[in-house]
Amino acid sequence: MQLKRVVVTGMGAISPYGSGVAALQAGIAGMESAITRMERASEIRELRSQIAGLIPDIDVTVVPRKDRRTMTAMGIYALMAAREALSMAGLGDEDLGSGRLGVSLACTSTCGDLLEEFFSGYLPDRDVSHCKSTTFFKLMNHALASSVAQALNVCGRIISPASACATSTQAIGYGYEAIQLGRQDIMLCGGSEELHPLSLASFDLINAASTGFNDAPTRAPRPFDRDRDGVVCAEGAGLLILESYDHAVARGATILGELVGFSTSSSPKHPANPDAEAILRCMEEALHDAGLMPSQIDYLNAHATGTVSGDAAEAQAIRTLFGSELPVSSFKGHMGHTLAASGVLETIATFSGLQSNTLYPTRNLEAIDPDCVGINLFSHALTQSVTYFIKNSFALGGINASLVFRRI
Amino acid sequence: MSITTMTKEEIVSITNEAICEEFEFDMEKMTPEAHLYTDLGLDSLDAVDLVLVLEKAFKVKLRNQPEVKEVRTLEDVYDLIQKLMQQEAA
Repeated sequence: MQLKRVVVTGMGAISPYGSGVAALQAGIAGMESAITRMERASEIRELRSQIAGLIPDIDVTVVPRKDRRTMTAMGIYALMAAREALSMAGLGDEDLGSGRLGVSLACTSTCGDLLEEFFSGYLPDRDVSHCKSTTFFKLMNHALASSVAQALNVCGRIISPASACATSTQAIGYGYEAIQLGRQDIMLCGGSEELHPLSLASFDLINAASTGFNDAPTRAPRPFDRDRDGVVCAEGAGLLILESYDHAVARGATILGELVGFSTSSSPKHPANPDAEAILRCMEEALHDAGLMPSQIDYLNAHATGTVSGDAAEAQAIRTLFGSELPVSSFKGHMGHTLAASGVLETIATFSGLQSNTLYPTRNLEAIDPDCVGINLFSHALTQSVTYFIKNSFALGGINASLVFRRI
Repeated sequence: MSITTMTKEEIVSITNEAICEEFEFDMEKMTPEAHLYTDLGLDSLDAVDLVLVLEKAFKVKLRNQPEVKEVRTLEDVYDLIQKLMQQEAA
């Protein structure tokens, strides 16, 4: 069976820099930090990590009430990003309702504020009378994907591949496979994240969150740096329009790039500890899927969140597979770890830079840690023609995912 | 103010404000003859929340009242609330 080629024809983003791909690109290109103090976090007892990348205030009423009633903030972010991506791709109502367009979209976990609201009313007297009709629609594991699909009148398949920090990278990969197999012509793929103090706590409790920069938020996180001390959580949403090459060409769409390889795998050794061997294998399999040799890759956008062991493991795997020449950078130092949205937002930021043949370096990387040496962690923006780049994402629970893109 | 001492005008005012806040309507839409579904655009999920909103506003139990299913217009809502109040007063 001949697999279909899959191309990227649209992008949409809501990030800690604000609404739109342009805001994301400007923030990354300007080497700006989007990290600030999270006031809510400072009110939580025993929570040591108190900085985050927060989405600026957004007017939620741009989303009609009937669409918004089954969404929490992450759904609104995702819908706004989806609309931007659809507009960029030149897709409209006919495509959305064709049954040939699907959605592959997920988040890390259910909205923390909604859980608080539900259990605050439920627990005192074990009473559900306070629940609105839409409470469960927001709590469902596929609520993000289904609510966006409902709002856009999507009639194709819905995939909701939650895998924490690898979510959107997997979502893109599974959308890619659906198009490759000819099941769908177009897939709206990505992830969305809204922050609750529980997000920060989940990393803080396992000593994986940054705690030493609460008074200097813009100096964290610090991927690959000697003084890195952990993850800085952030919120955001990103959507890519994936489309079969034939479909895109037939309708005269502008093609931004081609997705040529995907791999995802589990590392069962430990639910939290990074596994350099598994990371290496994941990247190798993505290259194999793309039919490429390591030497053909021109840039790698790392997962590198700024944890001591995670960055070292990824650096080790990159060194083993690609050697010391391949330019490598992470965008977590700019905007923090947007968790479920990180893979797609960092892919969008990479594509944005490549439109002017620019590779952006890692923010807050001042002194490369001895455990991360031996790879090309460039310190200034590079002007370079890139044909192929690889995007990594890894998640708690031993999830690995890599994508290989080609510029067209 | 006790619920049992409310005038019809007070019931109308409280109902309209509660519905406008919940469903983000302009007050001009709140005419007695307005049909909840065809004029105001409410649907089955909204109907569940309408009951919740009214229970909260008037501190009454509506959910299991058989008449709730017969409500079609805002006037029907006002009348049902008033009837429940009168029953309670009696």
